[in-house]
Amino acid sequence: MRKFDVVIIGGGPAGMAAAIGAREQGASVAILERDVRLGGILNQCIHNGFGLHYFGEELTGPEYAERFRKKVLSDEGITVYLEAMVLSLTEDRVLTAVSPTQGLIEISAGSIVLAMGCRERSAGAIGLVGTRPAGIYTAGMAQRLSNVNGFLVGKEVVILGSGDIGLIMARRMTSEGAKVKLVMELMPFSSGLKRNIVQCLNDYDIPLRYSTTVTRVTGKERLTGVYVAPVDEKLQPILEKEEYIPCDTLLLSVGLIPENDLIAGSNIEMSRVTSGAVVDEYRQTTVPGIFSAGNVLHVHDLVDNVSEEAFIAGRSAAQFVAGNLPEKACVSVTVGRGVRYALPQRIHLGEGNVRLYFRVDQVYRSMTVTVRSGNDLLKKKKTMVLAPGEMQYVEIDKCLVSGDLCVALEE
Amino acid sequence: MNVYDVIVIGGGVIGTAVLRSLSTYRARVLLLEKSSDVACGSSRANSGIVHAGYDAETGTKKAIFNVRGAEMFPALTEELDVPYKKVGSLVAARKDGLPALGVLRDRGIKNGVKVEILAREEIVALEPNIADDIAYALYAPEAGVVSPYQLTIAQADHAVLNGAEVRLEEKVIAITHSNGLFTVATKKGNYVARYVVNAAGAGGAEVNALVGEEPYQETHAVGDYFILDRKESGVVRTVVFPLPDERGKGILVAPTADGNVILGPTSRKVPHEEAELNAVTADGLQYVREGVARLMKNVNVRNAIRVYAGTRTAVGHDFIIEESVKVPGFYMLLGICSPGLTSAPAIGEYVSKEIAEKLSLSKKDALTALPKSFRFRESSPEEIARQTEEDPAFGRIVCRCEKVTEGEIVRAVHSPVPAKTVDAVKRRVRAGMGRCQGGFCQPRVMEILSRELNIPMTSVRKGDAGSEIAPYEVKDGYEKV
Repeated sequence: MRKFDVVIIGGGPAGMAAAIGAREQGASVAILERDVRLGGILNQCIHNGFGLHYFGEELTGPEYAERFRKKVLSDEGITVYLEAMVLSLTEDRVLTAVSPTQGLIEISAGSIVLAMGCRERSAGAIGLVGTRPAGIYTAGMAQRLSNVNGFLVGKEVVILGSGDIGLIMARRMTSEGAKVKLVMELMPFSSGLKRNIVQCLNDYDIPLRYSTTVTRVTGKERLTGVYVAPVDEKLQPILEKEEYIPCDTLLLSVGLIPENDLIAGSNIEMSRVTSGAVVDEYRQTTVPGIFSAGNVLHVHDLVDNVSEEAFIAGRSAAQFVAGNLPEKACVSVTVGRGVRYALPQRIHLGEGNVRLYFRVDQVYRSMTVTVRSGNDLLKKKKTMVLAPGEMQYVEIDKCLVSGDLCVALEE
Repeated sequence: MNVYDVIVIGGGVIGTAVLRSLSTYRARVLLLEKSSDVACGSSRANSGIVHAGYDAETGTKKAIFNVRGAEMFPALTEELDVPYKKVGSLVAARKDGLPALGVLRDRGIKNGVKVEILAREEIVALEPNIADDIAYALYAPEAGVVSPYQLTIAQADHAVLNGAEVRLEEKVIAITHSNGLFTVATKKGNYVARYVVNAAGAGGAEVNALVGEEPYQETHAVGDYFILDRKESGVVRTVVFPLPDERGKGILVAPTADGNVILGPTSRKVPHEEAELNAVTADGLQYVREGVARLMKNVNVRNAIRVYAGTRTAVGHDFIIEESVKVPGFYMLLGICSPGLTSAPAIGEYVSKEIAEKLSLSKKDALTALPKSFRFRESSPEEIARQTEEDPAFGRIVCRCEKVTEGEIVRAVHSPVPAKTVDAVKRRVRAGMGRCQGGFCQPRVMEILSRELNIPMTSVRKGDAGSEIAPYEVKDGYEKV
């Protein structure tokens, strides 16, 4: 059996940053990546806008990945297994994986960082009504086909969902000569970044309809069109207002799901809101020695935040092996009005600052974000606009914390 | 002249069952299928239930072939390496449903089926999630679940291994009959045979019309289904039906042979032109949800990974399995709706035997067995190590959700009835049938199909002609994978 201090599952942005974080603490590191190269989904994100926060410059996805990849591949303390799929892991941190060159491998890890990313919600998951022709894709699949393989899925496009990948693909397909007829969003607000709506839709005169959904699709072999209708307050389609839009392509950008299948059934406590693990400020899960970071923990909108979070997880995973992490989290972070979730969900009492990341449940204007501990107000921060598509954070001084925290919005 | 003994029209579970049975005789047999793969009609989208045989009226063809077919399943699926589980079935009823269950029980006994009526405690022991007001159930321990498309494909593969021919994408457009010989025309050629078997499923009446046989009055019923994520598999153990009504066996909840949970079907009458569209409706899905809620608790429909619809074509109340009086040598297998899947092997056995007698065909001395296929997700570590050593492609996972390797996909592409499309690969090895529904693996499956079939990526199809997945190249011409 092979042994490493820190084993990282997934070699995307989170996995690579975690590896670098762990190496800075002197740990021996292995990355298990299922694709043929490191970088994860960044490899298909050929648009720019990555790295503004982390590197202070605008990079494309592959460029952003390359900066980390170089560092990882030049570090002899990091062993990279490519095309390696982890099949199982135990709570005493023994992993089984398979790869074409290595066959079945068993690895014993001092600690583990989960960095498997997320997957897209499928047509089946949203119960798409109608026929089952070619021409219906998740936005990420269409993105991979165009940007990695070099093929375009269609010419007349309708997009359901205003997730960032869908918005990016609206622009990408337009630039390839396709006509994007409509982007629609079930909710009255977008789940994507404001800048993507401006740069990918508004700049190309692509209409975005809120509170609208696809009611059924038509076509036998290839999609021939979609029926769309506005929805009422209960998100039910108003069928009298149904309208037919001929098209050959429907892209779905209807949500991302952390890909935690590997730990299903384990003792790792999961959050029903994020679909990721419950973690403390070290990004340690409720099973000691197992950490989680990036989109497998909660879905991010900026890769810069993924890198930062994974760096913490990697560094902490190495500290765990060295016996330098505090043992038990003792304060819970809960949420109040307007906040869908906050992360980490637990923190230790002690010194130093900790950032509490959170997402709001709808669009808010001129609200104050508060962090309270019982009746004590630890922090307040005035905001102009808060949107569900944009993750926020507040930083608090741990010295001030005496009990459970609550992040909320107040007038 | 190249004369076949028998041409079978239609590559569904019935046509391939007949083909496989015929391939056990010294005979020249050909199957013509209009789609790009076998199992493209009702055989790919049904409940996948092996019915015990209490439901059909005693003495009907449905009853006879159902009971015989159900008997054949354990050995057949073992021989063909097809997923099958004898899980038993329950017809669940409220207090006032006891008399109706009694009728079913008596019929089951008359049909020679093992059945018994259980009281609530016994039901709960079998099915802890049964609805609170279910008081009695008819238990049939011999019922099971099977992968209907894998059975169809395996029957076809086995027949081809034993000398039968399968021609895909050949829709029959004309049939002429003279001097005791049929000439069957498709757009690609004419084929001559002494016997023709019409197993065209929803297209059966059309094929009948080609020989001037009676255009039987078909009715088509579309059923909507949900497939739930594997993680819900613990919620149901047996096939749970409500009491049947005039529309059919009702909304069932069952494990699938592949480890998911299936919910459905509805039974919506549709005109002929809609029969093969298999469009899911919102009302249909809602009807399934409500039906499930009346039967079972804790069924989490929110964890659906797929919704789809399938068509059942009926002609009157019983199967039509007979040689045409008008056109001797023309066999009609029509209206094979439920329990058609269960009956298929028995129908194949019966029809092939009759034809063999009429044509004086003798049995082959020995048959080539269908080799067991390596399935990564079901294999032991030792087996995986050995396979990967032999061919690294068996250690390269392509479909992460269902743990399907490149080696399995390549094998499917080159199987006796080759998988030429993404859907055909999916039906053979399950790549894309998991919770991400091909979100990650579909481009990779396309790459493999493109490489193995030596066709451009732009020509890789989901299914039949016209279903190309990525039909255009991007403007700036990337280096193609």
